[in-house]
Amino acid sequence: MSHGNMNLTLKVWKQKNKDTKGRFETYDAKGISPDMSFLEMFDVVNEQLISSGKEPIAFDHDCREGICGMCSMYINGRPHGPKDGITTCQLHMRSFKNGDTIVVEPWRSAAFPVIKDLAVDRSSFDRIMSAGGFVSVNTGNAKDANNILIPKDDADTAFDAAACIGCGACVAACKNSSAMLFVSAKVSQLSLLPQGKIEKQDRVLNMVKQMDEEGFGNCTNTGACEAECPKSISLENIARMNREYLGASFTQNKA
Amino acid sequence: MASSSKLNAKIPEGILENKWTKYRSTVHLVNPANKRSLEIIVVGSGLAGSSAAASLAEMGYKVKVFCFQDSPRRAHSIAAQGGVNAAKNYQNDGDSVYRLFYDTIKGGDYRAREANVHRLAEVSGNIIDQCVAQGVPFAREYGGTLSNRSFGGTQVQRTFYAAGQTGQQLLLGAYSALQRQVGMGAVTLMARHEMMDVVTIDGKARGIIARDLVTGKLQRHFGHAVLLCTGGYGNVFYLSTNAMGCNVTAAWKAHKKGAFFGNPCYTQIHPTCIPVSGDHQSKLTLMSESLRNDGRIWVPKQKDDKRKAKDIPEEERDYYLERRYPAFGNLVPRDVASRAAKERCDAGYGVGASKMAVYLDFEANMMRYGQIEANKKNLHNPTKETIRALGKDVVKEKYGNLFDMYKQITDEDPYEMPMRIYPAVHYTMGGLWVDYNLMTTVPGLYALGEANFSDHGANRLGASALMQGLADGYFVIPYTIGEYLSEEIRTKAIPTDNEAFVKAEAEVQERINKLFSIKGTKSVDYFHKALGRIMWEKCGMARNAKGLTEAITEIQQLKKDFWSNVRVPGEQHEFNTELEKAHRVADFIELGELMCKDALNRNESCGGHFREEYQTAEGEALRDDDNFAYVAAWEYKGESNFELHKEELKFENIKLAQRNYA
Repeated sequence: MSHGNMNLTLKVWKQKNKDTKGRFETYDAKGISPDMSFLEMFDVVNEQLISSGKEPIAFDHDCREGICGMCSMYINGRPHGPKDGITTCQLHMRSFKNGDTIVVEPWRSAAFPVIKDLAVDRSSFDRIMSAGGFVSVNTGNAKDANNILIPKDDADTAFDAAACIGCGACVAACKNSSAMLFVSAKVSQLSLLPQGKIEKQDRVLNMVKQMDEEGFGNCTNTGACEAECPKSISLENIARMNREYLGASFTQNKA
Repeated sequence: MASSSKLNAKIPEGILENKWTKYRSTVHLVNPANKRSLEIIVVGSGLAGSSAAASLAEMGYKVKVFCFQDSPRRAHSIAAQGGVNAAKNYQNDGDSVYRLFYDTIKGGDYRAREANVHRLAEVSGNIIDQCVAQGVPFAREYGGTLSNRSFGGTQVQRTFYAAGQTGQQLLLGAYSALQRQVGMGAVTLMARHEMMDVVTIDGKARGIIARDLVTGKLQRHFGHAVLLCTGGYGNVFYLSTNAMGCNVTAAWKAHKKGAFFGNPCYTQIHPTCIPVSGDHQSKLTLMSESLRNDGRIWVPKQKDDKRKAKDIPEEERDYYLERRYPAFGNLVPRDVASRAAKERCDAGYGVGASKMAVYLDFEANMMRYGQIEANKKNLHNPTKETIRALGKDVVKEKYGNLFDMYKQITDEDPYEMPMRIYPAVHYTMGGLWVDYNLMTTVPGLYALGEANFSDHGANRLGASALMQGLADGYFVIPYTIGEYLSEEIRTKAIPTDNEAFVKAEAEVQERINKLFSIKGTKSVDYFHKALGRIMWEKCGMARNAKGLTEAITEIQQLKKDFWSNVRVPGEQHEFNTELEKAHRVADFIELGELMCKDALNRNESCGGHFREEYQTAEGEALRDDDNFAYVAAWEYKGESNFELHKEELKFENIKLAQRNYA
């Protein structure tokens, strides 16, 4: 079935599971329409592979509207591909030219083992959240929502940090595989709001400790994470987290 | 009409306003020591699942959470855009619990249970309080108070929001609460696991069979109770605003194990989605209902008008919602707005290349906002360009992420030309039948959130899905589950070598073997797309007896074709997304048949269920309250065999009336 008139060559990372070695394989993507999303192009390729008796390429995806954070392709050396501020599922084939060769890899990080082909295990992010990415308030304890007034600017800045979709592009982009942008976004969101201030010292210490235990690298202020983040999470969050960490280390003596 | 003896909704006695308060104060409790030995399985980690799991674990129960995604944070609640309703009356515009209750019953076209909806309205305010306490960054005014906006089907501003990412922020709040419990060891998290069947022993739900999606191994899990928080089944249409993985499998397996399916034909077609661009399309993207606050919907007055939108003068535009429904205008409920768009396109007034779209235009409001900003800034005699630039900034702050999404998909700039939109499948009001406790017809088996049928009748109002998911999880199930579990405190955990578990696992294994053994020639997606076409054409925005009858036959043929010709590549014991899809599509096919049968049975139009044979002279839905004021609860009796049971809907507080938004 033909959809359009673009023909492309894909070099895709194939790996059976985390215990086996992977390799690049070459695929033809024929009859691609510029209006397709990058993942719809993969659908077409997989449909062709299945109908010719071959195994399709495994990749993670779900919402296909840039919010769930599930899709995770490293395209031509950039997480989520060549455009800024979008996820792979929001990338459209009009960003490529007929005849292009496109290299597609999974996120590469020791803390994100490959599950199969382009799908990786990001459960380390969940464990960092469990270490402190919350406000300790049980259901039923809350007072009226307008009891505590919050300056609009604080709420807006907290929201900007909270927009993180936990995709892991920051880690994939970083030469050190650092998760600082992800962790600092949650630390910032909660420490900017009065509800989160009470636990802010424990939070930052515990989340950073877990981050280190998961095998993520350190931050050397390169800024690739911010540049590649599909939600444009600001590097300022890392600065804020460092300040909080330092403050907490001195006053709590736990670090 | 009397309700079927097999259905006991367990609605508490007493006057409406006191039912929940009284019930909550008298429902049986489980003491803290006993809670520690009671195990609860929660399937699904969206708003309903995460909030329920976190709340139950906080109370002391042992909880296991299953989700098919790689993290609970990715459940599709994350994609909800516009907002969450709550009767706070912060805007001093006349809102109240009663008004939210009334709007929801009316919006649902009088096909929901009064007692459930009133409870929903009562706890709505607590939801906002809880989320704020968790650090959810809702939009605020300069004075520091929470901000509100309007949604369809209401005349008050009761929708709380966080830009166009309200679902994301609410889910991340619930996910935080859940991960806190995971860290404390109160919840065991099973990500990348899919529920394959419910295990029942002596008629009660006692656990599930799950498949580890990474290793492919089948697992048995015991629970004193099982909560299905698995969302809706909109993907039966293949194209919908749902995520690719959204499926009906958990609910359908429960149905086959004895849980009745309520009102399966009630599906919501959302009026403002980005139109289909080609046959490669894998999903549709919603443009939030909140845009209807500031966007005006129109088509040209002239058929097949080739001019650009900008070049069509004001007097040659048909703002058909404002024309037909002056009281609510662009903010009529979704079913009404969708049908009106279809009517204009079918009549030949559609726009864009496919002619299956209408305009959603922000120009007038951009200018209005720009003028306000100019006044605020004390600008005298600003140019039109200045006003527009100021207005554009306001619109950008309110809806920037939606405008960006639109541009990425269509390659058109909605700040410069109106959006083209068309209705698309979005939500399913139908779902597993539940009683007032949210328990299905299988004791110990519950359904929460979109997975149940309970609160939205035949049409859900905007910003009410988030409200219901969180109401069920945070504020309803923690109380109502006690009614059942207080009787289970003597039940020891049942070892999973029990024959019921062994048999259920063997059945799942047999089905997997069968799927691999077919070795056909057609992909799973081929069948999914074929099913979607049948459903959209014959059980979509408009239905009639002839089409539905044909659809039932076509679906039965498709089912035969599937089980003879599907090709599932790869192996069981590996990460195999085609096998996952095959299971889901097989269940969608069976559900599709039931949806058509339900739609065929309901010889009236109500809400999202529009039977062409039953409409008013003005083309509005024509209900038949004498014969159809009931919940259709279907019992599975074997292949293609479903028995109808009726739960009579009693309206004791609201007078049944023809919905009027004009």
